[in-house]
Amino acid sequence: MAITEEPLALTSGETFAERPLGVLTRPQPKGTWRDWLSSVDHKKIGIMYGVAAMFFFLVGGAEALLIRTQLAFPDQGFLSAEVYNQIFTMHGVTMIFLFVMPLAAAFANYLIPLQIGARDVAFPRLNALSFWVWLSGAIFLNTSWIVGGGGADCGWFCYAPNSGVTFSPTNGVDFYAIGLLIAGIASLVSAVNLIVTVLNMRAPGMTLFRMPVLTWMLLVTQFLLAFALPVITVALFLLIFDRLFDSQFFDPAAGADPLLWQHLFWIFGHPEVYIIILPSFGIISEVIPAFSRKPIFGYTFMVFSGIAIGFMGWGVWAHHMFVSGIGPISVAAFSLATMFIAVPTGVKILNWLATMWGGQLRFTTAMLFAVGTVAMFTIGGLSGVTHSLAPADTQQTDTYYIVAHFHYVIFGGGVLGLFAGIYFWWPKVFGHFLNEKRGRLHFWSMLVGFNLTFGPMHVLGLQGMSRRIDTYSAGFGFEFWNLVSTIGSYLLGLSVLYFLYNVWRSKKEAVNLPAPGPDPWDARSLEWSVPSPTPEHNFDVIPVIESQDDWWFRKYSIEDDGSVVRVASVEEAAQKGDATGVHLPSPSFWPLVLAVGLPLIGYGLIFNLWLCVIGGLLTGGAMYAWALEPVDDPDAGHGHDDHGHDDHGDDDHGDDGHGDDDDPVAVAADSEGEA
Amino acid sequence: MTSMTAEAAAVSHDHDPHATNTGISNTKLAMWLFLSTECLLFGGLISTYLLYKTRGNGQVLPTDIFDIMFTSVSSFVLLASSLTMVLALSAAVRGDMHRTRVWLMVTALLGAVFIGGQVYEFTSFYYEGLGYTTNPAASAFYTLTGFHGIHVSLGLLMLMSLFVAAGQGKLTAKNHETIEIVGLYWHFVDVVWIFIFTVIYLIPAE
Amino acid sequence: MSEQVAHAESHTHEHPSDFEYVKVALVLAAITAVEVFTYFESVLDWGAFLIPSLLIMMVVKFWLVARMFMHLKNDEPVLGRFFAGGLALATVVYIIALLAFNFWS
Repeated sequence: MAITEEPLALTSGETFAERPLGVLTRPQPKGTWRDWLSSVDHKKIGIMYGVAAMFFFLVGGAEALLIRTQLAFPDQGFLSAEVYNQIFTMHGVTMIFLFVMPLAAAFANYLIPLQIGARDVAFPRLNALSFWVWLSGAIFLNTSWIVGGGGADCGWFCYAPNSGVTFSPTNGVDFYAIGLLIAGIASLVSAVNLIVTVLNMRAPGMTLFRMPVLTWMLLVTQFLLAFALPVITVALFLLIFDRLFDSQFFDPAAGADPLLWQHLFWIFGHPEVYIIILPSFGIISEVIPAFSRKPIFGYTFMVFSGIAIGFMGWGVWAHHMFVSGIGPISVAAFSLATMFIAVPTGVKILNWLATMWGGQLRFTTAMLFAVGTVAMFTIGGLSGVTHSLAPADTQQTDTYYIVAHFHYVIFGGGVLGLFAGIYFWWPKVFGHFLNEKRGRLHFWSMLVGFNLTFGPMHVLGLQGMSRRIDTYSAGFGFEFWNLVSTIGSYLLGLSVLYFLYNVWRSKKEAVNLPAPGPDPWDARSLEWSVPSPTPEHNFDVIPVIESQDDWWFRKYSIEDDGSVVRVASVEEAAQKGDATGVHLPSPSFWPLVLAVGLPLIGYGLIFNLWLCVIGGLLTGGAMYAWALEPVDDPDAGHGHDDHGHDDHGDDDHGDDGHGDDDDPVAVAADSEGEA
Repeated sequence: MTSMTAEAAAVSHDHDPHATNTGISNTKLAMWLFLSTECLLFGGLISTYLLYKTRGNGQVLPTDIFDIMFTSVSSFVLLASSLTMVLALSAAVRGDMHRTRVWLMVTALLGAVFIGGQVYEFTSFYYEGLGYTTNPAASAFYTLTGFHGIHVSLGLLMLMSLFVAAGQGKLTAKNHETIEIVGLYWHFVDVVWIFIFTVIYLIPAE
Repeated sequence: MSEQVAHAESHTHEHPSDFEYVKVALVLAAITAVEVFTYFESVLDWGAFLIPSLLIMMVVKFWLVARMFMHLKNDEPVLGRFFAGGLALATVVYIIALLAFNFWS
């Protein structure tokens, strides 16, 4: 690498170095917003995922409140039936694809490299690409409100033939299909990237079975994403071809079978449930041991039950279709499979409880959210088991009982766990705590609001109230619980606003408070061995791992009599974060440019094919520019003192100037194999 | 450096900056993972066609008008391109970049012939009354083979990029793994066609 | 054809020689020829053996390309496992889906 021989280009940040390829040079860090647009730092990308996800949480939450406002009283005309359909569809799509998944991606991006002892992910630029492509898909999806004649109105599952032009003549469904395709490209690239990161970039001694449970659960999630997304990709392509090019995939009049959509959708859709829930399981598997001051109970069981869920999640999709007419044999088989999948989830719940058993519990906000997750998910899991009995499910399908169930799973099991993670890792990410007192109020208001909103839906469902219906008549006994549910939803909304207030106030107050230090919770995994906020290069020196919970064993040792003895203070054991001249991947604008091209192609398909040409040129051009961008930026800050010390985590795998690991070909295959 | 970790071990690890835990380069692992996921994509498209292949809505079916001899020639061409692809890699491993370029070009040409054949096939089918919107069988057939064709076309772009890069001296024997990885993609497209040729074309309709 | 391993330091797994590649390609071509031959039922009617034979030939071709041309034979086993995993998952899931349509009844 001749670059490292260049004198003094770096530490000073001066830019007199030669620019061999003219315009195709790397942008320089300048400490401005441009840093964020061109960043390939997994931590910045993780933060951007988190911020964008919280924004869409508010969007999806506003949609939820509109639904609940409409349903507060019988026979209301606050929303028309058409608008109601669009609102509940976009609520589901937004919450799943634009909130929970990217928030989980935020944790995956930020924490996986730290927990395995790496300086970045395997393909930093592809990581940036994932975020920008996801964001462009998310924005594209929501612009259908403005230019598409309204949102999609077919439910998040978008069953054929309701999704066809006949029954959904606006462009909403087109935006749904193309938006999800774009977001799918992002998730696929990200999944491959993170799998390679976990498999290839672990610190010395960090064997797979020394990895934290969170990393394991995120790894399983990425595998599920990688294999489930191609299935929904097929389904969405068939749908969009039907709508735009009059193909005959879902038109029963032409002899097609609408059940094809249902199968493809749920082959994806059920693994998707675990994609949503497993990151949260991983998070609370870190939070609960830290605040119980005990190692996780049954680590191996925890890991294998996660893997088992990942496998079994592929064999239960048709339990979403018990009333679709799939025949008694299919129903029986999928019913059995569904009962079995409760086993590994039960193992997990047992292990969390056993971790807490006999521990020195500290009920911080993070711990409260984690315990809340276990409790609420158990309720959702139990109502889920009632669906596995096909005769019972036949009664429950399409009622509010189902709505209650999946909100207990996704909100109770998923979102509460993600909030546990937010409170837990906030000091690591931002270098200050979220206020605990306000945090507790946030937790309790959220928990009460959540149960008030979704608990009554069990009753409503069993009373026979249909879901997806824009209003109901008085006199069926639905009035009381609907009103309770609406009041609960407003409390839930307020609790989210209160959380944002807590974020704002905590940041303001932080200047007067002591810094949290590297390891404020006395936790167990590697990210707590570096300063807070995490320095840009993560680790001064890549640690050598000797055991599970390696960081904890740098602070404590277990004597022969079983007692725990402190051997080093956090300050002694932690890295200082003051290494200079660590070689880091250089920033790049091309992921952003590439991502801008994709929605243009989407608009073009819907409105005017010329836009496709522009979008295609932008995307294709960005790919080639990306490939030609020198991997080792001649302008970038390489230190001479320890170069070669840390390429482990770097962008360059081949020093050929050809971008070996972000090479044009791999990129083209990654992003266009789906297109 | 400030660490009190076993620095000696860390240094010895750092001696090979490109070492990975699995011993496989990141790019190659990523490509294989990507190809694994592609199985689910093509599986979905093939299943769709199998489900719909007899649903003609009273119109002509793809199976009625397959030209097996023509498609056989196409299949031979694509198989041959897999051979030339490995020969290109083999030459690059030997450091013979001239031969590498020749074989890359031959591979691309064979791929182009395959695509040309597909365009011809689609056109003649269209004139025999099998349009994209004719019936579910037609939609499924064109979508499946069209997706395969798009994959071949992307492969062509990659091959041409490699050809140009090798000509400019940017692609050298040192990074022959890049050729190997493009090759993996190319062979995958070939095995998908092996599957399609048998299951779609050769196994007779009921 | 001599194997030159000038770049062995970055490439520990040896590839087959060109001659071996050509041999594999010839086998592939021969199998394809047999496959095409099955189409001419007037010459030889395979009867009930037709579909199983075609599927077996397909699997052999698939296996040869993956093993030899894609180097799974000499490469890290984990790569082959991932690919086999994706392939098996796709096969099982989609066959179950087609079964649910009573596809073969």
